[in-house]
Amino acid sequence: MSDTFFSGAPHWTWFIIPYFFIGGLAGGAYFLAALLDWFGRPDDRPVVRTGYDVAAVGAILSGLLLTIDLGQPLRFWHMLFQSANFPAIMFKGWSPISFGAWGILLFGLFAVLSALGARAEEGRLQMPALRAVGGMVRGGVAKLVAGIGGLIGLFIAGYTGILLSVTNRPIWADSPWLGALFVASGVSTGAATLILLSPRRGATERSLGWLSSFDARALVVELIVLIAFIVSLGSVNRVWVSVWGLLLLVGVVWFGILAPLRMHARRQPLASAAKLVLVGGFLLRLATMLASEGIDRYRVAVGL
Amino acid sequence: MPEPMGFFTDTTVCIGCKACEVACKEWNQLPARNGGVGELSGDSYDNTRKLDGIHWRHVRFIEQFKGPYDGRWLMMSDVCKHCVQAGCLEVCPTGAIIRTEFDTVVIQSDVCNGCRACIAACPFGVIDINPVSGTAQKCTLCYDRLKVGLEPACSKACPTDSIQFGAIAELRTRAHKRVDQLKAQGVKAELYGADPQGALGGLNSFYLLVDEPEVYGLPRHPQLPSRHLAKSSTFSAASAAVLGVLALVGLRKRRMDEMGGGGGGGGAGGQN
Repeated sequence: MSDTFFSGAPHWTWFIIPYFFIGGLAGGAYFLAALLDWFGRPDDRPVVRTGYDVAAVGAILSGLLLTIDLGQPLRFWHMLFQSANFPAIMFKGWSPISFGAWGILLFGLFAVLSALGARAEEGRLQMPALRAVGGMVRGGVAKLVAGIGGLIGLFIAGYTGILLSVTNRPIWADSPWLGALFVASGVSTGAATLILLSPRRGATERSLGWLSSFDARALVVELIVLIAFIVSLGSVNRVWVSVWGLLLLVGVVWFGILAPLRMHARRQPLASAAKLVLVGGFLLRLATMLASEGIDRYRVAVGL
Repeated sequence: MPEPMGFFTDTTVCIGCKACEVACKEWNQLPARNGGVGELSGDSYDNTRKLDGIHWRHVRFIEQFKGPYDGRWLMMSDVCKHCVQAGCLEVCPTGAIIRTEFDTVVIQSDVCNGCRACIAACPFGVIDINPVSGTAQKCTLCYDRLKVGLEPACSKACPTDSIQFGAIAELRTRAHKRVDQLKAQGVKAELYGADPQGALGGLNSFYLLVDEPEVYGLPRHPQLPSRHLAKSSTFSAASAAVLGVLALVGLRKRRMDEMGGGGGGGGAGGQN
């Protein structure tokens, strides 16, 4: 039996699961938007602007979900500053939850700046202060912000998996592949979100076609990493003999990866495939979180 | 500088009276009920079941019965192990978890924000949220009592000296003598966590067991949560790099296709 079965469940459930999903999606969307900002064509701008909006809203929602989940929400700032020695910085480079807190803050900052820049570009900012900030994020500054923010976005998509690996819980700490899996899933769900939302901002078929072909490749990467994850679990895989295993197999592998891949290959409607990718991405977090959360050390010890 | 202090728990003399649990709750003013909800096991005489935010001491009852006349009870008073290399302290993002001058590990309740990273990091399942404070809590090894030269409440209350408090070096000597004594009597006895070269640099609360660690709900090889950090980060970075390259290759291919075939474009939508 893995030694991880004797640890206690942290009760990371109904705020953290949506956070893992939204954070991954927002990080992935920002990364793709930044990539198109740097290397795309002018007609990719609607996708770029949508990606920045998704990232900004996602970052704000992520911060809210993380704060609400705390046992003492008003002490959220203790993760950033030393409470007894303010304003000294609180940072542990070896603790994913510590560098993740800073990551979310920086991600939010860059995502909001990019989103304001994009909105200023469209002339959609009414408030003078916001218009002034948005007006500064243009040209080279906008690219620099997007470049750094896009890399932070990739980090946000994946650090949650590293956070789970750096515990002593069953499944999470029994494999080093969760971070890689969440990166692939985050980028894939980010692409799916852009496929669904960017047509409203005037995305061209050419942009959507690139997103679709990239999403198919990301899904293949996700599937390969998911297989590596399952193989690495070894005897711990017996925990999947449960409703969570069924959800992983049917919800994630079949509906979330294989079905959209088939739809991409057959050039079926992009929106349908994108919706399935989003459902699969959410179920991936749900299954990996709750399969572990459900294991109680007391019941393991008494053989129940 | 005081020397490292801790507990040696000799499970062979524990009688399951739970006086240590009561003394702990009384001294630390811990509630009897979890958020107002009384929880009983329903399948054991052990009615408090496990260590958590309101049970900093827990006497585990292990009922090994093969038949009505063939069986035994094992009792173990469990507590935070005050690991020399503590996983909880390693991951705590607020600095709420500290190592004291007695080499014990303490959570500062006024600093903790209840993120629960320490709960998942502890290999022994010791920590949990206290529903009253909303923060993570566990045994402090009665830090407040130690500061004024008093013995922790649990060991003070223990009627059989199953829980022995003292300087770690002295406790280890005492524990090895007890193991030798039991082995001479034909009892299979082993120390768990007493080896400073062993797991987590040794435990400042260690045990004498007469069965496998798993039987007592203890992991055989407890490890630090950071053991996967480098590998997991490397795999994540590799995954991100592969996706980045795939995206760039896709963009390059699109450009090449457009240069070759004149490209499509225009028009919104393209779906549904």
